[in-house]
Amino acid sequence: MSESERKDSPEQAQFRSQCQAWLANNHPGKPPVTIPQGALELSDPDAMQWLQQWQKAAYDAGMIGCDYPVEVGGGGKEGHQGIANQEMQRAKTPYLPNIIGMGMAAPTIFFHAQEDVKAELLPKLLSGEHIWCQGFSEPGAGSDLANQQTFAEKDGDNWIINGHKVWTSLAHFADWMILLCRTDKSDKYNGLSYFVVPIKSALGKGVKVQPLIKMTGQTGFNEVLFENLVIPDRYRLDAVGAGWKVAMTTLAHERGAGPLVTPASGGMATEGETGVSVSSVGSLIDLARSHQRLGKTAADDPVLRDEIIKLMIRRESIQQNNRRSAVAELTDHPMRIPLQSKLVSTEFNQDLAEVAYRVEGAASTLNRNDPNAPAGGQWPLAYMNSFGVTIAAGANEVQRNILGERVLGLPKSK
Amino acid sequence: MAEQPKNFGFGEDEVMLRDSARKFLSDHCSSDTLHRMVASDFNLDRPNDCVWDQALWQQIVDLGWTAVCVPEAAGGIGMPAVAAIALAEEVGRTAFPSPLIATLSATFVLNACDSAAATDALTAIAGGKATALALTNAEGEWDSAATDVRVDADGRLEGLAAFVQDARKCAQFIVSARSDAGVGLYLVSAAADGLTLTPDSVIDLTRDQARLTFKQVDAIELAAPGTGSAAIDAALPGLLSLVAADMVGAGEWLLQTTVEYAKTRVQFDRPLGFFQAVKHPLVNVMLQIDNAKSLTYHAACAIDHEPAEALRLARMAKSEASDMAVFSSSRAVQFHGGIGFTWECYVHLFFKRQMHSQVLYGDAKYQRALLADLIMGKAA
Ligand SMILES: Cc1cc2nc3c(=O)[nH]c(=O)nc-3n(C[C@H](O)[C@H](O)[C@H](O)COP(=O)(O)OP(=O)(O)OC[C@H]3O[C@@H](n4cnc5c(N)ncnc54)[C@H](O)[C@@H]3O)c2cc1C
Repeated sequence: MSESERKDSPEQAQFRSQCQAWLANNHPGKPPVTIPQGALELSDPDAMQWLQQWQKAAYDAGMIGCDYPVEVGGGGKEGHQGIANQEMQRAKTPYLPNIIGMGMAAPTIFFHAQEDVKAELLPKLLSGEHIWCQGFSEPGAGSDLANQQTFAEKDGDNWIINGHKVWTSLAHFADWMILLCRTDKSDKYNGLSYFVVPIKSALGKGVKVQPLIKMTGQTGFNEVLFENLVIPDRYRLDAVGAGWKVAMTTLAHERGAGPLVTPASGGMATEGETGVSVSSVGSLIDLARSHQRLGKTAADDPVLRDEIIKLMIRRESIQQNNRRSAVAELTDHPMRIPLQSKLVSTEFNQDLAEVAYRVEGAASTLNRNDPNAPAGGQWPLAYMNSFGVTIAAGANEVQRNILGERVLGLPKSK
Repeated sequence: MAEQPKNFGFGEDEVMLRDSARKFLSDHCSSDTLHRMVASDFNLDRPNDCVWDQALWQQIVDLGWTAVCVPEAAGGIGMPAVAAIALAEEVGRTAFPSPLIATLSATFVLNACDSAAATDALTAIAGGKATALALTNAEGEWDSAATDVRVDADGRLEGLAAFVQDARKCAQFIVSARSDAGVGLYLVSAAADGLTLTPDSVIDLTRDQARLTFKQVDAIELAAPGTGSAAIDAALPGLLSLVAADMVGAGEWLLQTTVEYAKTRVQFDRPLGFFQAVKHPLVNVMLQIDNAKSLTYHAACAIDHEPAEALRLARMAKSEASDMAVFSSSRAVQFHGGIGFTWECYVHLFFKRQMHSQVLYGDAKYQRALLADLIMGKAA
């Protein structure tokens, strides 16, 4: 029995075996199309559709949204999502495509929307039938998120929205968007409001989505332009002017530091049949054993051995920090470890991929479409892609500011 | 996944012990007191005293700290290894000069010996007898088979043991010695005839260290020839975790002290901590401390719950803690500026303790080289 299993309550233990039983018979198997390393790189509609079917199946089986109330399409349980996640990961199921929906939109809607809006939106969000995107960043509002210029103007019972969002992941598939924008130009923070916005139904009618190409050549994020888009007032979350506060709920969950556990699957190796997991030190060791340098394998090179073990220690640290963070007596400040999690995991993945592509030596120069690229070219790709997440969700420099200010109590750098 | 309790084995008793140790040491060993005690004289040629508060040590013995990991059958409290690790972290946090870490280390070694003499020695430790390990040769090799002491047919010791930690504060030593049958472990009184203790002049003002020379010294056998190395190896996870925990405690002192300074010292009209060239490295120190701390608890917990994994986990902890020790102390001196470079500032006491701790039982790269052998197999 694993550590996590031993602390299950009887109800949780029963749920765990239900998950295990269902997963044993319902793993969706090998994808019929190429699935990229992460949901934020999804561009092929067939891949999206296949993943949406998987999310719907897992939702119908009760493994997604377990901790949300039944009235909003959830399972009405407590402390069950983490169990479902563990079991999906163990079963190496594919990742869930509606990650922005589940990870950011759902908790924000749950804590801030009016009841009928929750009941309207959350069931299809959790089932993955509706894909969600996040309209926060703008050309002039990145790290300085409160510098929003997109403007919503009150018009009777409606709002009229004009403005320009950038880096909007999944907007090309999205039915809905969580939108932070300005409703008052005289107050930077208290002049912001938060909305949920139907965008697919408004394409060509006030909403334009244009793809942006990433450094890897992949698509996945977009520009979104609003021109006189009209939405009803009931799609406003919380009060007019409370947008910044609502956005904090979104950001806390985005960084894994919010109260609700995000449904997550994704143990399956991605991109074809390489079997490479680009976040595993074990895969790196296998790779090192299969590459030669100076007449030996790379796994025999003392410098690389040191680097590989260092990564292994970091991986173990992340796990043990998470474990310790759940024990109040062993943490000095309740947010000290939770606020580290985005920073340390994204830098770990970046450094892992960096060591891995160097292990490949000359062959790491080969692009993923080259037949001679080792491991299907996944490691150099993972290295490039890793910068997406050290930048997104609050760049890691900004995370360090937050840790320094909120945990260590150092003066604000703003 | 690890077969360990979720709380690393920190139950109510262990948390209470840690909290009371933290309070006791901060009450009795403030940095101010410590500096007055060990750093009153900066002259290298000062009398090579071993300064420590023996009355305080007696109170610690009365509090039962030497007994925590002595089995109940030997008159101890029989707590899990994490209890000792919690004490070591508090000792590090105050850089407290005492034979406690040495004695807790000796406890781990004696717990790995299977003899009546070892049980008697444990009973003596529970009663407060400070005990140090003399397991290292003049080359400073950490290999459990490396010793420059020999044991003769009559069981008497001859030779040299070096880098004995807190030797002058201890009343007895556990010595590894070789005979034709292999390495055994022996107990020697500090007052034994033929034993000469030569103090080292050490950089770390909060510890003492010595070399011991043995000439026909009577000794009590704790582990028979041929079984000594195995006993040391079995205790090694404990020894590594104790030093790692000490570094974690000292690291946290360095971090918090430097953070306080960065909040109050103003330059360019701003407190230093406003500047990200100061703020971000301090955050990085915190990240590293947390890694080292969690890994150390994990390793200590494994001693009781997953002994087969304990050495691997303890080497991970020692590796991370050693790197952290270097980084936390270097940033502390640097960010205190000129004052941080002075004898008067308390930072150097912890800086030097971290320098010392990080090399004990092998530095970070040493641990990782051995981990690579363990996990990836020996290199071709
Ligand atoms: C792959 C990807 C997906 C994304 N998806 C979305 C999405 O779906 N929705 C959305 O709204 N946004 C999305 N973003 C945008 C993301 O949130 C922003 O890129 C991010 O907040 C940084 O803003 P910026 O790009 O304007 O960089 P800037 O803010 O201009 O930052 C540039 C550099 O300066 C540093 N910097 C900035 N301010 C400070 C400071 N105060 N102290 C120290 N350093 C500082 C940053 O850390 C960074 O290194 C995505 C980004 C990426 C890369």
